[in-house]
Amino acid sequence: MGETPQQAVARLYRGHYPALVAPLIRIMGSFELAEDIVQDAFAQALTTWEAQGVPPTPIAWLRRTARNRAIDQYRRQSSWQAKSQELAQGAPENASTNFSDSVFDEDVHDDALRLIFTCCHPSLSPAAQIALTLRTVCGFTTEEAARAMLLQPATLQQRIVRAKRKIDLAKIPYTVPDLEALPGRLGTALQTIYLLFTEGYGATKGDALIRHELCEEAIRLARLLASLLPEQASIRAVLALMLLHHSRRHARTDSAGDLITLDMQDRSTWDRDLIAEALPMVELCLVTPPVSHYAIEAAISALHASAPVAAETDWPQIAALYGLLLERAGENPVIELNAAVAVAMAGQVQEGLDRLDSLDSSNALPNYHLLPAARGDLLARLGRWQDAQEAFASALTTVSNDVERRYLQKRSGEVSAKFERKTKNF
Amino acid sequence: MHYLLLIYSNEADAPPPPATPAEAEAYMAPWMEYTENLKTAGVYLGGDALQPTATATTITAVGKTEPVFTDGPFAETREQLGGYYLLDCKDLDEALAWGAKCPIVNYGKLEVRPVMSFD
Repeated sequence: MGETPQQAVARLYRGHYPALVAPLIRIMGSFELAEDIVQDAFAQALTTWEAQGVPPTPIAWLRRTARNRAIDQYRRQSSWQAKSQELAQGAPENASTNFSDSVFDEDVHDDALRLIFTCCHPSLSPAAQIALTLRTVCGFTTEEAARAMLLQPATLQQRIVRAKRKIDLAKIPYTVPDLEALPGRLGTALQTIYLLFTEGYGATKGDALIRHELCEEAIRLARLLASLLPEQASIRAVLALMLLHHSRRHARTDSAGDLITLDMQDRSTWDRDLIAEALPMVELCLVTPPVSHYAIEAAISALHASAPVAAETDWPQIAALYGLLLERAGENPVIELNAAVAVAMAGQVQEGLDRLDSLDSSNALPNYHLLPAARGDLLARLGRWQDAQEAFASALTTVSNDVERRYLQKRSGEVSAKFERKTKNF
Repeated sequence: MHYLLLIYSNEADAPPPPATPAEAEAYMAPWMEYTENLKTAGVYLGGDALQPTATATTITAVGKTEPVFTDGPFAETREQLGGYYLLDCKDLDEALAWGAKCPIVNYGKLEVRPVMSFD
């Protein structure tokens, strides 16, 4: 393979960590213990392989090492006799005889589901869910996960340690939730997966490559969930939504890293394969009750994806969908903001502006640069250059992302040029 | 695995004391039913309702030579502990499923805490 032992370990870690750890959690009944064992097995691989070379079947080597360590752990934890007694009394799930190699091949699909539902348990904070999902389900190292989340490795590590301790102490079960609890639990898992996606998609600072990987991982997890729970339409809605966003990844920024808004994007660079995969899913989700808010968002995104040029966007339909989303979400200022913009784009610019103004005076979105930015945009459409310039200036005081700052500066420059030209003409 | 279900609500928002036995019964009915269900399922270990925090006394000897007794609960919070259930469940999910059925969740909060085991 021409790989160094170090490269081989890195590759196998990402690809096989979850599959190694999941069966051990199932058998040992401890999240923390199982992870420690697999971490140790990889550490041992590194030293052994550096001395003796990478074995011909490295995965089998890792499985064997992890299994042996698990058995050692058992012997250390309690006397061998006590365990044999347990076995005689019929507690076979804890017996070390269960540590056969085949343990890694049983229940592969259910293990994947159990792992996702445990890491996305609502008793863990969303931040802990993401950290744990990245580390345990996606096989990111602590350093990689920290880099992706823009956190110090120590901070992320602490979150993971606390979360694992809670799983063990509160006895969060390593199971797929029963049918009664499934919809709610699935909602939490999907929220975490989507948060993972937006974490990678939203910010443009940090290590671009690894943040891009967050989006890919979120999509991979949603695909996996969709294949394991095919009758749950909300999974496909989230998947479709992410695919549609992700289809624009090459068009979102220019070579300088500046953000390009939807209407200015080069649509020929949109990933048509992802769009083609997503569109039928959106249609299916919209006719499969209960229609999730993800399905409505995906439908909005699909309308953008289906417009050959920005000018042909079906804004009235998008405005209607935002109306539906608002009905569902109740008071949600961010959706109200988007709804107002859609109404304006559908032709009612003044109506859209009025809605933005009332949102502004309600002070529901303090320090949210996108509100004055949207106001600036609509004011410019109405030819109110000076007001537009002031709105962009206000947006510039709260924007934190460099790329968006450059965009707002450009827009601000454009409208002040118009404004100056207009005043000169007087 | 034992779990303590801590029942919190805002005493100030509490409904006025029942004026008639019928009212008292109407108030108590969902609680009696819930407790009965816990017992039938075999998860019930114990439970009590507490008198309001106005009846509480707090004791501390931190930084003192003798314990000091003070009127009231140790912290002024928006919601007060009003009772508890002690359950024996197979895991957190079972405890949470029972917790979600507790009448308090409709007008207060329920905190589910695993009980530390020393074996």
